[in-house]
Amino acid sequence: MRTPHLPPLRGAPCAEEDDELPDAIDDREIFDLIRSINDPEHPLTLEELNVVEQVRVKVNDAESTVSVEFTPTIPHCSMATLIGLSIKVKLLRSLPERFKLDVHITPGTHASEHAVNKQLADKERVAAALENTHLLEVVNQCLSARS
Amino acid sequence: MISLAHFFYLLSPGVKDGRWTVLQLVEALGFCLENTDPRTRGRGIQLLSQVLLQCYSLLKEKEVLHLVLFYESRLQDHHLVIPSVLQGLRALSMCEVLSPGLAVSVLKAIFQEVHVQSLMQLDRHTVYSIITNFMNTREEELKGLGADFTFGFIQVMDGEKDPRNLLVAFQIVRDLIAKDYALGPFVEELFEVTSCYFPVDFTPPPNDPHGIQREDLILSLRAILASTPQFAEFLLPLLIEKLDSELQSAKLDSLQTLTACCAIYGQKELQEFLPSLWSSLRREVFQTASEKIETECLAALRALSACLSRSVLSSDSEDLLESFLSSILQDCRHHLCEPDMKLVWPSAKLLQAAAGASLRTYHRITRSVLPLLLEQYTKHTQSSQRRTILEMLLGFLELQQKWEHVEEGEDGWSLGRHLFCSVVFSALTDPSVQLQLVGIKALTVLGSLQGLCSCCTSSPGFAVLNHLFTLFPPGSEAAMEAAGSLAPTYPKVFSGRMVPRLEEELQSGRESFDSQRSFRQRCLQALAAVSTHTSIVRETVPVLLQHLQKVQKGNGSAADMVSACQSLHRVALQCQQDVEGCWYFHQTVVPCLLAMAVQAAMQEPCPSLVTLLEEEVLAAMIPVISAATTHLSPELAAQSVSHVVPLFLDGEVSFLPQNSFPCSFQPFGAQRRLVALLMAFVCSLPRNVAIPQQEWLLRELLALSCSCNCPFTATTAAKCFAGLVNKHPAGKGARADAGGPSRPCGGAPPNAGVTKALVLRYHPLSSCLTDRLLGLLSDMELGPAAADGFSLLMAESPDVLHKGCHADVRIMFRQRFFTDNVPKLVQGFHGAGPDVKANYLKALSHVLNHLPKPVLVTELPTLLSLLLEALSCSDRVVQLSTLSCLHPLLLEAPQIMSLHVDTLVTKFLNLTSSPTMAVRIAALRCAHALTNLPTTVLLPYKGRVIRALAKPLDDKKRLVRKEAVAARGEWFLLGSPGR
Repeated sequence: MRTPHLPPLRGAPCAEEDDELPDAIDDREIFDLIRSINDPEHPLTLEELNVVEQVRVKVNDAESTVSVEFTPTIPHCSMATLIGLSIKVKLLRSLPERFKLDVHITPGTHASEHAVNKQLADKERVAAALENTHLLEVVNQCLSARS
Repeated sequence: MISLAHFFYLLSPGVKDGRWTVLQLVEALGFCLENTDPRTRGRGIQLLSQVLLQCYSLLKEKEVLHLVLFYESRLQDHHLVIPSVLQGLRALSMCEVLSPGLAVSVLKAIFQEVHVQSLMQLDRHTVYSIITNFMNTREEELKGLGADFTFGFIQVMDGEKDPRNLLVAFQIVRDLIAKDYALGPFVEELFEVTSCYFPVDFTPPPNDPHGIQREDLILSLRAILASTPQFAEFLLPLLIEKLDSELQSAKLDSLQTLTACCAIYGQKELQEFLPSLWSSLRREVFQTASEKIETECLAALRALSACLSRSVLSSDSEDLLESFLSSILQDCRHHLCEPDMKLVWPSAKLLQAAAGASLRTYHRITRSVLPLLLEQYTKHTQSSQRRTILEMLLGFLELQQKWEHVEEGEDGWSLGRHLFCSVVFSALTDPSVQLQLVGIKALTVLGSLQGLCSCCTSSPGFAVLNHLFTLFPPGSEAAMEAAGSLAPTYPKVFSGRMVPRLEEELQSGRESFDSQRSFRQRCLQALAAVSTHTSIVRETVPVLLQHLQKVQKGNGSAADMVSACQSLHRVALQCQQDVEGCWYFHQTVVPCLLAMAVQAAMQEPCPSLVTLLEEEVLAAMIPVISAATTHLSPELAAQSVSHVVPLFLDGEVSFLPQNSFPCSFQPFGAQRRLVALLMAFVCSLPRNVAIPQQEWLLRELLALSCSCNCPFTATTAAKCFAGLVNKHPAGKGARADAGGPSRPCGGAPPNAGVTKALVLRYHPLSSCLTDRLLGLLSDMELGPAAADGFSLLMAESPDVLHKGCHADVRIMFRQRFFTDNVPKLVQGFHGAGPDVKANYLKALSHVLNHLPKPVLVTELPTLLSLLLEALSCSDRVVQLSTLSCLHPLLLEAPQIMSLHVDTLVTKFLNLTSSPTMAVRIAALRCAHALTNLPTTVLLPYKGRVIRALAKPLDDKKRLVRKEAVAARGEWFLLGSPGR
């Protein structure tokens, strides 16, 4: 028994099938990238846990910026950094290089919000984290499609 | 010395046909059997045993007695001799004339004299076979041995390691328990000697010829462990221990074994272990990241609760179920109200699993949980939280469908029924689409529970549903489905209130022009959706037809007519299974549509300007007429044929409603477009319905398909012709007709259609037509069209020539076509000039594309080099179909494909920048499927592929980006930890 999956809000409207019309990268598309990331501790997705929501995803295709806010389930959630890292890695692997990414905690929802945000914003620390085999393994598990 | 084998070869037939007795044989072998050299003795006994294995069924009782005594005494002999002795005993254990008492004496001797586990695998297997043979034939005698037999066997199997022997030994243990042999004081020993293999940890060696899988051992061990309550006191602690271990497979096996045990256990066995079982299960569900473990935990909890519900209580014993459920409630209930939604789902799933075990558990759990959830729903204001709560409520509601009759007032619903209905209604009107969807689902389930919904047939429920149909586009599909499934339960409410309401909405034009169309469309869809009951169909069909007529009179748009036809089609499909409804629909709709079409066709001067006769509208009418015809009984269909065919051949219009037309109807003259409607009807008839004047009809169709210069009409006529030829009675006439349309004048499509009609039924002429089509491939002008003809040949036809229309379709016609024609295509390709080579590739890829995937995977390796060449072909149809051929191969034959990895990577990456979106998507899917190849083969390409896939991440099309993201993500995971 699995939590009933939400149907995708976007069908495939005609414009998407049209070979010529360009589709801009929008909030919904970014949200679709991260909604199915698995929680490190539970067999649930970040969307099912309401950790990520579409309203907290902002993208500006023209200026190449993406901003994602995520809400840890409890203010003392020890997995906050890991979840943030998973979101960040997923976006790094899935978005064109031109984008500048900003992944941070929804203001006021975590005890060590500032520290976590600082870690996530620091390119070198993110890169270093991914050198760590154990961390990389957990992140990859979060990003793997569930069988 | 004469070789043993040779000796045996000479002897055995003699004994078999009775020329020699066994006694003579033993006497002849006397020298060997008594020899002091153990090797010689061994050979003698081996020979005797071989002969016995051949002819044990011919032995006499007395001979058997002597042989048994001889062999028993040999068990004390030198160890070199023992294997042959056991073979001999095995032969004797199969004798039917074995005197009473001998079986026991043989087994006793084996138990006493042989240390089984020091023998070789094959000899141990022989011992198990002897025991199995005796258990099958001498059950009573063995039972006379009492627990000694069990003990003896325990010693025999103690320490067995070979999986082949274990399967046999496990079977013996299962029989010991199932056939009620005395276990005596050895229950724990028997448990120990088998449970030491739990959980099974066995990986068959590569290229294992014995084919024993891990799963075989697991299942056969589980059958033992879960076969008797006597093991419970030892097994349950073991299961708890393994459940608490780290090993995933051990957990799974323990859970599945526990579930199996619950089928035979009772209160007594479980009592002592319930608290620790519950805490382990709870911990797993709360903490596990594996969906599989979660599922198994929930199944085990359901089995446990069901087991406790089954037990009969004596007056003084404690009600274990009650205390077990209380502890579940105590541990889970409070999580439902925590603002942190993290443990909400695990808790709800546990509660639902327990509630799903029996009616009693259901009442106990819902009484406590439902009021709480209802209260929580009102307390929370955010849609997302409300949705979660409503989903949980829905889960409980769905469980109730398991029990047909629920007594009033016993469950948790009775208290909050009104409250629950109002919760559902509030969800339906919530601005959040997600919440609405769950609300609609809940409403459907509510409606299907007869007892529950007495309060929602009253107006608020249906008012809300009504409201939904017209107001919320995103929810409407789900709402219509809900209405469709509720309508048969409440036909009166729907035909009395919903249908008039929708009719009224259809007629009023109160909104602005743009939104009006989509509004009308939804009304039409809603009318079709609720037509799931005959009485409602009788209300909705006239409304739909009237609407269609109104649109035609007002010269409305084609899109409006098409949507009315689509609704009619849906209704037709919904009443196909109901004989009465189907005939009603046919009788009402078909003449009406024909009359409208005929009338429109008479509107000179230029009927093609009339909207009703536009291709798109006629095409929408085809499925309506076809669906209204396919399920008719032959008698009714014949009745209808006698009207429709004369209409087209003679212009006989008398059966149409409103049949006063300004001039005469000339279906093969001025009004020939209507041949589409003829096709829809005549090609959908059951095969055994005779068509009057068929030869005439065929001639007219043939002439029309060759002479008409309107492609729509010509193609339709050809299709109709093909449909009739396909059903034409074998032999008679078909030959003469088939030759006709393959003349080049009709071009490729009609030709291919007729060819297909014959290919489908394996007609002998089909190969001649196929060859003609193959020949056209080398034609500069007609080649491309001929290549596309192959697609027509192999594809599932939407309107005629498919099973639904009763066409004669032989199974595996595609495979047959493949074997017959692909070699010719390949040959043609190699012989063709450079400018027509693409035609062959295209035809080939059409054939391959429609072949069932399993066949494709076995056949493709021979064509692989050709396919790789086709990837470089610049025709995008060829590219696309080649990619879709390669995709399943990458998934299912990775070993073969990995030989070509270099070519594949390069070509796929090149095609990701094709100007055609579909090609880019297919190339990216293939690049994704490449990750299925062995990792070692792929690693050298990882960096290059990841760099190359960065470009399509910024593709202008969203669908392409989606595939690029999936493929690139998977390449990142290659060879990385945690994959």
